[in-house]
Amino acid sequence: MEAKFYEKDKLLIFKITEEIDDHSVQKIRREADYEIERFMPKRVVFDFDSVTFMDSAGIGLLVGRYKFANLLGAKLEVANLTQSVSKIFEMSGILRLIPVTNIA
Amino acid sequence: MTGNFENEMNLEFISKSSNEAFARIAVAAFASQLDPTIEELADIKTAVSEAVTNCIIHGYENEAGIVKIHTRLYKNEIIIEIADNGKGIENIEMAKEPLYTTKPNLERSGMGFTIMESFMDKIEIESIVGVGTKITMYKKIKAEEKAKQIANMP
Repeated sequence: MEAKFYEKDKLLIFKITEEIDDHSVQKIRREADYEIERFMPKRVVFDFDSVTFMDSAGIGLLVGRYKFANLLGAKLEVANLTQSVSKIFEMSGILRLIPVTNIA
Repeated sequence: MTGNFENEMNLEFISKSSNEAFARIAVAAFASQLDPTIEELADIKTAVSEAVTNCIIHGYENEAGIVKIHTRLYKNEIIIEIADNGKGIENIEMAKEPLYTTKPNLERSGMGFTIMESFMDKIEIESIVGVGTKITMYKKIKAEEKAKQIANMP
């Protein structure tokens, strides 16, 4: 996962580059929470453009980050959902909580 | 290309979360003999990942154990059994409920069985408390039918 912070917009973007499962989320979760606390952004965006696999661990990851970001006053969004990622998000109803945004 | 053959595969590995990717990729590689579509293959990978994760997190609660996968290819259908000798499920009906999880502290979504059920045609759950759990998942591979439909299009 790559993290990029845009100071002007207080925007933190996480580009996930690994397959998302119960194993990989443990590291993603640690890194994401660390960066959110470090930068105190207003917006946090998870970019799924490079994600080739995701199971239900991805839902748990997002719900957890949603709560954590909220606690620190940041808004969580997702971007570039691939077909397989969309399928799981839609099934979970999580997109009613976390909006889809456009980023390059 | 017929897909009308039978084949069988057994896989056993230690209940480590780093084996989740290995398990789903191995089953998907084996299933590819049936010429599934990319989407069907993705569905199989996801369902296997959910079942194996359940063995590791719930069956063995991250303690050492063995996860067993038995996969059969039969005509245009794949049947995948995933079993552990872990703690078992006390209430299967409740475990199947969407969003129900016994481990919210681990940020589990409670969507595992819902995903297995909707990505596969049918799933069966056998579980005995203190003995273990076996999940059997069935999926028909329809790639060939689709190819025929496309071929018959005017």
